[in-house]
Amino acid sequence: MKFAVVVFPGSNCDHDAYHAAKHVLGQDASLIWHKDTSLGGADAVILPGGFAHGDYLRTGAIARFSPIMAEVTEFAAAGGPVLGICNGFQVLLEAGLLEGAMLRNRSLHFRCEHVHVRVEQSDTPFTLLCQPGQTLRMPIAHGEGNYYAPPDVIARLEVNRQVVFRYSSADGEVTDSVNPNGSVNSIAGICNQSRNVVGLMPHPERACELALGSDDGLVMFESAVAAVTNGGFSKAMDLATEGALRK
Amino acid sequence: MRARVFVTLKPSVFDPQGTTVGEALHTLGYQRVTDVRQGKYFELEIDAPSADDARRIAAEAADRLLANPVIESYRIEIDAAAGAPR
Repeated sequence: MKFAVVVFPGSNCDHDAYHAAKHVLGQDASLIWHKDTSLGGADAVILPGGFAHGDYLRTGAIARFSPIMAEVTEFAAAGGPVLGICNGFQVLLEAGLLEGAMLRNRSLHFRCEHVHVRVEQSDTPFTLLCQPGQTLRMPIAHGEGNYYAPPDVIARLEVNRQVVFRYSSADGEVTDSVNPNGSVNSIAGICNQSRNVVGLMPHPERACELALGSDDGLVMFESAVAAVTNGGFSKAMDLATEGALRK
Repeated sequence: MRARVFVTLKPSVFDPQGTTVGEALHTLGYQRVTDVRQGKYFELEIDAPSADDARRIAAEAADRLLANPVIESYRIEIDAAAGAPR
């Protein structure tokens, strides 16, 4: 399958995502400049971490108007799997592909450390091979990851099972003391209503090899491959539900 | 014509920066400063025939870009006398 990694001016995790897809997973991958107007026939799109357009105005606020975003929006509307990592998540929020917004971290500190997240939902193209309740150890590196949405939106996200990841302890306990940024309901990642667009603050692409301290993030990329190569996401979901895709 | 756009976090949204600035002011002895909210300020020079027209353009700019409606609200002041004469 083919991954497209979008490169904004100021992206700095684009090559990490490319490396994970291309060299660790052995899949086809290409870097797509933000001024391009084609995703080059990709099966999955990654908006990487970094500081797109210098984070000027608000994180992701300018990137949202990059020419490639019209293509990404169309791709997402057609059900294509889209993953926003860190700054990529912020871009998805500003673009309205995911709901909510980011505030400064509660501590005001830029948090750069490994954290654990609990996988809440496995029926997305990026968590297909996860077990609900499983914890993943991945790094975070952000100053504005304090997820916020109004109470009515949070309630709807919870009812629709759109909260995909929550910050937790290593054994999956969600408490305020392991919430690194003050996110509402310890939310680390969410998906859209049709579940094909996923955004999260932790960096799975920086946790794909043990040499980097963790390979827990690899399952998210493997999930994308499973979602695409088993006849599409919905077919793959059925197989996953039957247990046929479990690692 | 000049539009001044003040973008602030909605009252319901926690403002970690404003809170920290408020604490710093308390450290400096300003106990009578009871709350601080931090926001953004923009000056737009607008080529518009009327104040109403300038306000409409500024509001559209704020809705589409300057403010994020999920967390922020904005207020616009029009200064018809400011900026380059038409």
